[in-house]
Amino acid sequence: MSSAREDILDAVRRAQGRGSRDAPTRATLDARITTPVRHLRPAFDEDLTARFIRKLESRSGTIARVDGRAGIPAAVEIFRSAHGLAPRAAVGAGLKDIDWPADWTIHHDRAGIAESLSVSPAFAGIAETGTLMLLASPESPTTHNFVPDNQVIILETTRILRHFEDAWAALRKRTGGMPRAVNLVSGPSRTADIEQTIQLGAHGPRRLHVVLVDSA
Amino acid sequence: MDIRSREFQPRAVAALHDASLQQALDKARDGFVAKRAVQVAELSEFEALRETAKTLKDHVLDHLDHYLERYEAAVVAAGGQVHWARDDAEARRIILDICKRVDARTVTKGKSMVSEEIGLNTALIDAGLTVVETDLGEYIIQLAGEAPSHIIAPAVHKTREQVSDLFEKAHGGPRLTEIADLVDAARLALRERYFQADVGITGGNFLIAETGSSLIVTNEGNGDLTQTLARVHIVTAGIERVVPTLDDATLFLRLLARSATGQETETYTTLSTGPRRAGDLDGPEEYHVVLVDNGRSRMLAGPFRQMLRCIRCGACMNHCPVYGSIGGHAYGWVYPGPMGSVLTPLIKGLDAAYDLPNACTLNGRCASVCPVKIPLPDLLRRLRHEQFKQAITTLRRRRALAAWRLLATRPKLYHAFERLAARALAAIGGRAGRIRRLPGAGGWTEGRDLPAPPGRTFLERWQTERGQS
Repeated sequence: MSSAREDILDAVRRAQGRGSRDAPTRATLDARITTPVRHLRPAFDEDLTARFIRKLESRSGTIARVDGRAGIPAAVEIFRSAHGLAPRAAVGAGLKDIDWPADWTIHHDRAGIAESLSVSPAFAGIAETGTLMLLASPESPTTHNFVPDNQVIILETTRILRHFEDAWAALRKRTGGMPRAVNLVSGPSRTADIEQTIQLGAHGPRRLHVVLVDSA
Repeated sequence: MDIRSREFQPRAVAALHDASLQQALDKARDGFVAKRAVQVAELSEFEALRETAKTLKDHVLDHLDHYLERYEAAVVAAGGQVHWARDDAEARRIILDICKRVDARTVTKGKSMVSEEIGLNTALIDAGLTVVETDLGEYIIQLAGEAPSHIIAPAVHKTREQVSDLFEKAHGGPRLTEIADLVDAARLALRERYFQADVGITGGNFLIAETGSSLIVTNEGNGDLTQTLARVHIVTAGIERVVPTLDDATLFLRLLARSATGQETETYTTLSTGPRRAGDLDGPEEYHVVLVDNGRSRMLAGPFRQMLRCIRCGACMNHCPVYGSIGGHAYGWVYPGPMGSVLTPLIKGLDAAYDLPNACTLNGRCASVCPVKIPLPDLLRRLRHEQFKQAITTLRRRRALAAWRLLATRPKLYHAFERLAARALAAIGGRAGRIRRLPGAGGWTEGRDLPAPPGRTFLERWQTERGQS
């Protein structure tokens, strides 16, 4: 019995009335993968940072803006105390260098079932839709993005890009190739599965807070 | 899932008389349509994007074998495994074998229409596994023991009261009635399940040849918890889901979110590439993709090839007057509405779903909103033609169609008949101009009167009035 793989590929080729593609055609198609075709993108004139903030807020995300990385702990502390959260957080190891308040319990492991707050570094922001791009790595575990009720994401203002395609280009330039998981996050978790009514906090974070870091 | 499309007519009648269903459908219909319209109006590039997406999908289908091979190579390079399934039974076997090999007990699932198509849940449960649907809509219908009635809003047919009843029975009292409380209850009930899961199964909206990634979009985050916390992640996807690059996927994402839920973007778009890597603190130990053919390569060969452009947004059913009146269950299988009326007969057989292509008014709204410009009404008409050719159409209908052809292809005879009919109907209508009962059209006149024609045909009037001017 021939393999399912061969049967399916043969059936696909037969459906087109041909055999395997010849070498030149394959090379042309491969070049199309190596050099992606540039498609039409939504045009906008708005300032990238202003649009990023406006779009994220329209999707129920909240934002604090700080001057330099030194301002991060205070901004996270304001968010934490405003929502009455315990001084305990799962912090991506990518943010180890930050001087967290001494009375906080910080860990850099994956998020456990009882985790209520995480702090994660964003790779980029996308102004088009107010979207954050987070890359899975030992420095930024994926569970931090989905398990806790509250997530704070740290984003450098200089990392706000125009379109999704600009974020892909940045990703391709980075060493190490495609991360195991790329999470594009646009606001807190939501559902409209009961009577089409939007409800935040379905399974992922109920609150999503972005600390936008301007270069000091 | 067993197909019940042969019972379309009685099920449609029952749906029309189901008060809860009608209440739920009323709420859903306007929401979907209005939200999409707002987003489409805000993006001046929308029409141009539709055309590009159509062209791109056609390009992928022309070279599907090559892109599938490239995708497979990229998955393997990232440490993942690709499995090929010719049909539903083979896909079920592949997934069951993986579950057995890793000694799985609990399987969590993100929303996957392909898993419905291949009847996966029943197979897993029969094998003694605990299967937990994690999308809120899917969770609701799993509790109800029902199939999805919509491809992106599976529980759209349920009212809040019905969800309250189901949750009270499943989770115990007190009875919750607020939507926020119901959502919280599901969140709580599913939380431990994600952490217990041995295998997490999700669908794949797109498969990217450039990187070997599978891509899912969700709003709840359930798909991400499913695939991140289970020991093994299995992706199920149709072979037509592959796209060449990340940029190509983006083109479709812009159309998908707007067409499906009327948003600029869904909350979560996630690309998964292979299993957990050295040093990673989380993520699955194994990553599998099951590529499912199940009739797709056959579709590629014939006149229905365009159906393979479908990106499963659900806009066609949201805008369909038939779907809007009867909901998804009457269609009797996994895919309802216009796209389902094309796919079901093609996957399950023309006679197994005889009524579906015929339950369409050919009003064309579905085609006008389809983000990849599938000419759904043309495909439905073509299916009717195939049914006629294969003599699946009932003898009575075949005779009626033959009589119609006799008339319609002879203009003189046609106009004579038309004049006769116009006068006869005007006479039946009498002074009121309304016909209460018409032999042969009893179903139509049962619910309303037929306005009688004025006695003369349009052509007659045209000739008289043009002569006067």
